[in-house]
Amino acid sequence: MAIDREQLLHVAHLARLELRDEEVERLGAQLNDILAAVSKVSELDLADVPPTSHPHDVVNVWADDEPRPSLPVDDALANAPERDGSMFRVPPAGS
Amino acid sequence: MIDTLRLTAEEAWRLVDAGEISGAELFAAYLAAIGVRDEELHCYLHVCDDPGGDGLPIAVKDVIGTRGIPTTAGSRILEGYVPVYDATVVARLKEHGLRVLGKTNTDEFAMGSSTENSAYGPSHNPWDPSRVPGGSGGGSAAAVSAGLAPWALGSDTGGSIKQPSALCGNVGLRPTYGTVSRYGVVAFASSLDQVGPVARTVRDCAYLYSVIAGRDPCDATTVDTPPVELPEAEDLRGLRIGVPTELNEAEGIEPGVADAVRRAVERCTELGAEVDECSLPLSVEYGLACYYLIAPAEASSNLARYDGVRFGFRVPEPTDRLDMYKRTRDEGFGDEPKRRILVGTYALSAGYYDAYYGQAQKVRTVIKREHDALFERFDLLVSPTSPTVAFPLGARTQDPLAMYLSDLLTIPSCIAGLPGLSIPCGLAGGLPVGLQLVGPQFGENTLFRAGHALERALAFDSVPERLR
Repeated sequence: MAIDREQLLHVAHLARLELRDEEVERLGAQLNDILAAVSKVSELDLADVPPTSHPHDVVNVWADDEPRPSLPVDDALANAPERDGSMFRVPPAGS
Repeated sequence: MIDTLRLTAEEAWRLVDAGEISGAELFAAYLAAIGVRDEELHCYLHVCDDPGGDGLPIAVKDVIGTRGIPTTAGSRILEGYVPVYDATVVARLKEHGLRVLGKTNTDEFAMGSSTENSAYGPSHNPWDPSRVPGGSGGGSAAAVSAGLAPWALGSDTGGSIKQPSALCGNVGLRPTYGTVSRYGVVAFASSLDQVGPVARTVRDCAYLYSVIAGRDPCDATTVDTPPVELPEAEDLRGLRIGVPTELNEAEGIEPGVADAVRRAVERCTELGAEVDECSLPLSVEYGLACYYLIAPAEASSNLARYDGVRFGFRVPEPTDRLDMYKRTRDEGFGDEPKRRILVGTYALSAGYYDAYYGQAQKVRTVIKREHDALFERFDLLVSPTSPTVAFPLGARTQDPLAMYLSDLLTIPSCIAGLPGLSIPCGLAGGLPVGLQLVGPQFGENTLFRAGHALERALAFDSVPERLR
C-alpha cells in the first residue's frame, strides 16, 4: 500500500512536521519501503486473538490522593525558550 | 597507577573500601582515561570533569535525565536542555554512593543500532574504530570496553543495551519490563522501553541491576521485584536450556557468529545443563514487522512533546504557533525520528489503525504466547545477540531497513517483555560475538547464574586487543 505525496504531506501536517521538498522525496521513498516491510503483519489471520498493549498483567494502579511537593515554578520554567513571568510565552495562534 | 581497562566495578569498590585508593583517585583515573581515548572513540556527549569528584564513577546514557547535567538524547531538539530533577534510576545510583562520570552517546532518541543517528556524531568501536559500537547505547558499551567507565546505564527498546554490548564485547542486561523505573527517562516507546546495566562482568551487571530495580511510585508500570542473587555457581546443573532454531539459523547470521555461539552452547552441556532444540516459528518471522509498527506508533505520540514551547530548541522568529511547531520539529529532529514519527502517525491514523497498529498488537499476543509456551519446558533460551559482528561505519546508513535488521534476534523477547542478557562468547575475525540468554518474566537471577558460569568457562578477555 503505497502512500503518495499528498498523503505524506497530510500525515506530516498531523505530526506537525514541515517537510522540505528534498525531504518529501527522500523520506517519502523510505516510508513506502518501511510500510511495505511492516505490512507483513497482515499475512496472519488473527481475528480471534486479543491485542496486547503492554507486556504484563498490571491494571489500574492507583495512588493515594495525597498532596506532595512539586517543582517550583522557576524550576519548571528553567528550560523555557521564552517566558513571561510565571508563564511560557508563545507566538500568537495565527489564522 | 589504576588500570581502568582491567578494573571491574566490584574490584574498584573493594579497593576503595579497603582504603587502598580513594574515590577521588578512582574518579580522576577514569577522567584521565577519557582524556586519552575519548577523542578517538567519542563515547561521551558530556563529561562531569569537576575536580574533587568522589564516589564510584558510572556513565549514564544521555536519554536518562540528570539534574544539572545536560541531557540531549542525542538530538538537536534537546540541545542545551538541563533537567531540573534526577531520573529515579539516577537518584538510586546516588543513594548507593555512585557518581555520574558523564553522559554517553546514543542514536537520536535511542532510535538506531549504530549511534550513527546521533546529532552529535557517531561513537567508534574500541576493538576497531572504523566500525560502529552498535546502538542505540553504543556510547555506554564502548565506554565500558575502553576502560572509560567501570559500568554504565543504558536503555533498551528493541536491543539498545544487548546489541551494543555484543558488538563491544561486554555484558548488558535488558531487564524484565516493569522492573526498573523510567521516571525521568526520555520516552521512546513506552510499552517497550527499559533501563538496564552495562558492565564488564555478569556480577557487576547483577549488582547494578539490584541498585536500580524495584517499584517506583512515579512510574505506575513498575512492580516489586524478587531479591537479586549475586551469582557464585560455576556450573549449570539442573538448568534446561532451549536453542530456538529460528533465532539460531536466521538468514543473515554470519558464519563466525554462528560458530562462536555453537561452541558456547556445547559448553552449556559440559557445564551440566540439559540442552534441547526448540522453535519460535512466528516470533522471529513477524517480530521485526510488529516492532516497527508498535515502536514508531508510540514514538509518534511520545515525541509530540517536542514543540518548542516548554524546553529544548525553538526555531527563531516563528510567524505563528503552527509555524513554530512545524519548523521547530523539522529543524530539531534528524531523519530517523522523522521517519518513525511519520510511520507511527500513519499507523495510528483513522482508516489504517486496525490494519497496522491494531494488527501489530495482536501479533504481539502471538509472540508472547510462543515465548510463554517455551518457558514451560525451559529455564532459558540462547541464541546470538546480533546476527553480525560490528559493521563498518556508513555500511547501513543509506538503507533504514538494513539497519533495522541489526535487531532481528533481540526484538522478539523485547516484544514479549522478557529479560535478556548478552555476554561475550568469543571472537569472529577479531571482533566480539555476543551470546543472548533470554529468561522468563522476572527470571533475572537465572540469567545471572547462567551468564556467570558461562563467563567463567569461556574466559573471554574483554579488553580490546588493540588496547592490551
